[in-house]
Amino acid sequence: MLTKKQLFTRGMLDISPHMLSVIPFGIICGAIGVELGFHPYLVYAMSFIIFGGASQIVFLQLLSGGASSLVAVASVGIINSRHLLYGAVLSEYLEKLSFFKKLLISYIVVDQGFAESNKFFKKNRSEEFLHYHLIGTGCTMWVCWQIATLSGIVLGSFVPEELGLKFAIPLTFIAIVVQDLKKLDHVIVMITCGLSSLLFFDAPFKSYIIISPIIALFVAALLLRLKK
Amino acid sequence: MTLTAIIFAGILTYLTRMTMIALISRDMLGDKIKAVLEYVPSAVFPAIIFPGIFINDFGTFIEMNDPKIFGALVAVIVGYFSKNIIATISAGLVSYWFLIFVVFN
Repeated sequence: MLTKKQLFTRGMLDISPHMLSVIPFGIICGAIGVELGFHPYLVYAMSFIIFGGASQIVFLQLLSGGASSLVAVASVGIINSRHLLYGAVLSEYLEKLSFFKKLLISYIVVDQGFAESNKFFKKNRSEEFLHYHLIGTGCTMWVCWQIATLSGIVLGSFVPEELGLKFAIPLTFIAIVVQDLKKLDHVIVMITCGLSSLLFFDAPFKSYIIISPIIALFVAALLLRLKK
Repeated sequence: MTLTAIIFAGILTYLTRMTMIALISRDMLGDKIKAVLEYVPSAVFPAIIFPGIFINDFGTFIEMNDPKIFGALVAVIVGYFSKNIIATISAGLVSYWFLIFVVFN
């Protein structure tokens, strides 16, 4: 049995390589917000209140482009609706927690944290304090995101744009799914999702981000039926 | 005004995180749904990966000889064999930089 502290540390270690892409992206997010003409406090408030990478940029871009607040808020909700899927997967491992603890831990569920903690949970189902791994990944992400966006807000875009560091984001997610390329069913699901996301990229409110996972999960369900 | 919108966006985002964790118990999901949920990472992350590679900042498709495609392929190969996140990201970035700064320059 691992102690709470060991699990927390393990979570921190498991997510820390992703900071290679998260920190530059956070700096860019903070800098873009100020460049678009928003008050620095508001740009930072988003990192604290929304705490959701790409959705923060989209929100500011929509508002500065003249979209109504309603459209901007709806887009953030739709972009972040993928967390419903993460929650459905994680709920199995978090079932024993009190309602209050579930409410608290929900705030720190992010893409990379979900991905790494889910991998750890699958291999270590019997651990008693599993959720400390998720707290470790989530808190690391939270602290780095706050520092990165703040530095972008204060220092401006000191990361040269020519480096194209936004490209690190797809790379970080490639690192997450690449081992599943060994399984044909996963490859089919991934390609379905990827192609759908390109096909529906222009759908309103950035909804491709939830439409394509739904299509891909439908294909996964069909594959499961074929396997039997 | 903007702050109000940010707060609403924050509440909405929090609800997407909290709903399935706090309000749904796992027993409410059948075995079939649980089996499908195994595919969530493979079904969600390519929706971030593909547009990040194939669509540029202006929302249009990139050319087939775009350095990002090469960078992504290198990342996939290095990631597959190294099983190392830092190696995967660095390999993708470095090969991308090599193309834009050395080859296409």
